[in-house]
Amino acid sequence: MSRVSDEPATGVLDDVELYLGIYRRMLLIRGFEDLVQSLFLKGEVYGTTHLYSGQEAVATGVASLLEERDRVAATYRGHGHALALGVDPQKLLDEMLARETGINGGRAGSMNVNSLADRLIGSFGIVGGSIAAATGAALALQRTTGGVAVAYFGDGAMNQGYFFECLNFAQVLKLPLLLVCENNQYGEYTPFRSVTAGEIRARAEVMEVPAETIDGMSVWAVREAAARAVAHARGGNGPAFIEALTYRFVGHSRSDPGAYRPEGELERWKQRDPIVLLRAQLEAEGVDGARLDELEQAVARELEEMRERGLAAPFPSELAAREFKD
Amino acid sequence: MPTLDFRSAIREALDEELAADERVILFGEDIAVAGGVFATTTGLYEKYGAERVFDTPISELALAGAAFGSAVTGLRPVLEVMFGDFLGLAMDSLVNQSTKYWFLTEEQVSVPLTIRSVVGAGGRFGAIHSQMPVSWFMGVPGLKIVGPSTPADAKALLKASIRDDNPVLFFEHKRLYGNQGEVDATPARLGEAAVVREGTDVTIATAMKSVHDALEAAEALAADRVLAEVIDLRTLRPLDLETVVASVRKTNRLAVVEEGPVTGGWAGEVLASVTEDALGYLDDAWRIATPNTPIPYSPPLEDAFLPGPARIAAEIRRRLR
Ligand SMILES: Cc1ncc(C[n+]2csc(CCOP(=O)(O)OP(=O)(O)O)c2C)c(N)n1
Ligand SMILES: [Mg+2]
Repeated sequence: MSRVSDEPATGVLDDVELYLGIYRRMLLIRGFEDLVQSLFLKGEVYGTTHLYSGQEAVATGVASLLEERDRVAATYRGHGHALALGVDPQKLLDEMLARETGINGGRAGSMNVNSLADRLIGSFGIVGGSIAAATGAALALQRTTGGVAVAYFGDGAMNQGYFFECLNFAQVLKLPLLLVCENNQYGEYTPFRSVTAGEIRARAEVMEVPAETIDGMSVWAVREAAARAVAHARGGNGPAFIEALTYRFVGHSRSDPGAYRPEGELERWKQRDPIVLLRAQLEAEGVDGARLDELEQAVARELEEMRERGLAAPFPSELAAREFKD
Repeated sequence: MPTLDFRSAIREALDEELAADERVILFGEDIAVAGGVFATTTGLYEKYGAERVFDTPISELALAGAAFGSAVTGLRPVLEVMFGDFLGLAMDSLVNQSTKYWFLTEEQVSVPLTIRSVVGAGGRFGAIHSQMPVSWFMGVPGLKIVGPSTPADAKALLKASIRDDNPVLFFEHKRLYGNQGEVDATPARLGEAAVVREGTDVTIATAMKSVHDALEAAEALAADRVLAEVIDLRTLRPLDLETVVASVRKTNRLAVVEEGPVTGGWAGEVLASVTEDALGYLDDAWRIATPNTPIPYSPPLEDAFLPGPARIAAEIRRRLR
């Protein structure tokens, strides 16, 4: 694995302005998830949520390489993927709040967000479902715009039939598909090692799909690997696979006892918080700390305004749903 | 009689059946070490060990297949499929292996497996964690489908399901887990409905969470001197037609309340069967179910979507006028 040194050196970030944009996105995702959690505890967000906190480098790093013609399929842990693609955070928040102004009018909720206009085919609640959706998108893109389809999924999804079937399907058809396995070490409360045979990456290698295991806490490591993978897929060579090692800093979903984490594990991973790592790197590259502080404050203000607007938005009054398109 | 919540009743049934028969095994995602995401299997792994109670990969296809294969090789597997919405992935082995085997072996070998799964809407879980998949399976000969409404039935019917020699789908409505009720040791039999409130003006036949909604509606109707008889079907396949028909002979009206899409649902099956059997006794018969769309997330939308007590009472008032 190409694990990046945590000692910041200069000249690591190829384009500082671009990384400042990524930094802002990561802050937005983290702040958004904190906000969703606080609103959930107040009873303003319903059902359940699966937060992306800790994994921000993966979604933002990959999204920074995507073009207008590309497509993405995310999971029920999809707020970060949506925001990384540019989904309007107010509309996303309003969806969580079950309001009429939500990105899906309050029909979808946290687990099922979709926005084709933002390239997000959807967030899929069936583990492994995102892989199938992206496989189909790749089939279409291969025949139309030459775009690439990205599937995000977790370590747990590696044991679904969907994974094996779609990977083989995509490889024999040489589909432009990027498979991003976000290995956050657990599927719900179960450590992935206890339910997963062999190495994750090897499952792609056995089908001769180029595969890398990378440091998913370093957004520049993600970007570098994603650049290689996207180039492979876009070049007509078939799918590419990335295993991004990461960690969720919060519970699996709303009701998580957290008892499965060995003592100190969370704290160790938090020392490699992707946002903290990127900030240190930006400072090492000569970015003024005050400028980064300002960014943080701007994002915090933005989120506070979103919260107020969201809570003031109306609920939908009636489900004007038609079963079929005419 | 001890009072238990629905969740603990499930746990007790599993515990007692694991203790009673060493061929019983219990497996599924997060059910062992973590005790289940709905906390229905807490402590069973500690008590029976990994031989009998174990966590699995997220591989519903493998799980359903393993249940079938082990059931015809000497075990009595109990499989948890966390949400009923995931049954699509488990469907092939269940439909094409488990439910065919008894017939194809010329009734030499049965398939004693139980699949427990959490179902139902009202929890704000959205379109893909709220479904009621009964109707996906209603047309599968050889399969029993059970759905309790009370802690007592949860325990008794789960024990009966595990002891049954046939494949059984056992549905646990997620909004019942917290319900309290008296639980005794009386065994129950699959395929028997229960009259849970007597009345003379209209029969309401239903199951699971909707039994409580129907009882609430019946209470409201009683204030208007409309006496509704409420039947808890308890097993949806095979249906206890006799109990429903006996009630309809008395009330001459039948409303079937189904949490599930009105088209292709089991309520239609109940109506068809009762009509064939007792057309002459019927003055009115209809379904109260959900619209033919997926389940919305937003609370006001989901509440309006479901056939709750107010809608049941209002429809009965309107039809009886
Ligand atoms: C087919 C299916 N089985 C089970 C579940 C329940 N479930 C939701 S998330 C999850 C764990 C998934 O773990 P992983 O793929 O590692 O993703 P993570 O949640 O860690 O991001 C499970 C078992 C589901 N949604 N779909
Ligand atoms: Mg995981």
